[in-house]
Amino acid sequence: MALTGVLRPGHVALRVLEMEPALKHYVDVLGLAEVARDKAGRVFLKAWDEHDHHSVVLREADEAGMDYMGWRVDSPATLKKLAADIETSGLASDMAWIPAGEHPATGERFRFTIATGHAMELFAEKDKVGNDCGTDGPDTNPNPWPDNLHGIAPSRFDHCLLYGDDLDGAVKLFRDVLGFSLAEQILAGPDGNLMIGAFLTCSNKPHDIALIRQPVKGKFHHASFILGSWEQVLKAGDILSRNKVSLDIGPTRHGITRGETIYFFDPSGNRNEVFSGGYIHYPDKPTITWTEQEIGPAIFYHDRKLNERFLQVFT
Amino acid sequence: MTQEHIVVLANTGETFRCSAGESVLAAMERVRRKGIPVGCRNGGCGVCKVEVIEGQFTRRKMSRAVVTAEEEARGRVLACKIHPQSNLRIQAVGKMARTVEAQQDRTSFVSGFMATPAASQPDTET
Repeated sequence: MALTGVLRPGHVALRVLEMEPALKHYVDVLGLAEVARDKAGRVFLKAWDEHDHHSVVLREADEAGMDYMGWRVDSPATLKKLAADIETSGLASDMAWIPAGEHPATGERFRFTIATGHAMELFAEKDKVGNDCGTDGPDTNPNPWPDNLHGIAPSRFDHCLLYGDDLDGAVKLFRDVLGFSLAEQILAGPDGNLMIGAFLTCSNKPHDIALIRQPVKGKFHHASFILGSWEQVLKAGDILSRNKVSLDIGPTRHGITRGETIYFFDPSGNRNEVFSGGYIHYPDKPTITWTEQEIGPAIFYHDRKLNERFLQVFT
Repeated sequence: MTQEHIVVLANTGETFRCSAGESVLAAMERVRRKGIPVGCRNGGCGVCKVEVIEGQFTRRKMSRAVVTAEEEARGRVLACKIHPQSNLRIQAVGKMARTVEAQQDRTSFVSGFMATPAASQPDTET
């Protein structure tokens, strides 16, 4: 099966309390590149191996948290079709078309709110600005990585983990309407059949979005960026300490996805992750199930304990 | 040299020194006290919310999602975003405060996933 329909997480728009320290964090420490600013003061950033114009949008606001997450789809025709499917599904609310150009270098976006209260967007067009690896033109005879990387320098924005109440409605939308697979799930409750965690993928990755059932609407747990190796995760730990960045946990490993990870906070309290590893997902891979008794190693495989901060600290 | 002030945590009776140059939460973590729950440390998550019972302080920007203007006006603020100007007497009131007092883990993880999300949100009592 070719990768079609929804291709990948295309952007995450985060609210920050103050832009200057946010940029010091996301550019100098995390190592994203600033691509553009708009008149409203939003700053658009990308990781080095992303060809698309931007993947992270920062907006100064009175509240921390996530404004929305955007998904790139394979064509304008798919965008129209999926927008119509979402409208008729009854699984989304607050649907609207955002005109082309509202994000720089980006086509029109279809925005909707899922059952957990999070705003999501689909878009089909965003300019390709390249990864600076080419030697005889942007994509010809490339080097494996560009010069002048600094900070942690993840290659891509990878996924978000979000907290919300109606996990079932959100999972149904991603699976039945948008074509995602359920790579892993956490089941709990007296009968062991209450889904409290869903790890959904639209690609070969173990997850493109994760949702945890919490009695809240529209909350943000973390945005994650991918690194090439466990050693790079350890080096990220060095860089975070050197810059006195607020650490949450790690370096450690997740049982879920098998990813090697470190969690930390941006200067507004939004959690970030850099991680490596995981496995290759195919749509016919059986869903992995984690039970309530094993939720400790599912989340933090080395400690084997779910800490209170994982559940209670979000924006 | 920066003057140091004494911070008293009413919940646990712990005391520690804190200069105007550091946040109350950072000073507490530095001396390994545990009376205030530690979350993001950056004004976003709200778990280190305290009520300032007595004393003067300066404050930096906190997320309105976890501290309303009304709360801030009556001295409910985030320990990670206040700096003492005098000795302080404070009490942890964030959603993890009871966990820290009890020093014990939840007996059921599911309760954590399903429980009422009380104090993480601005408190709306009048």
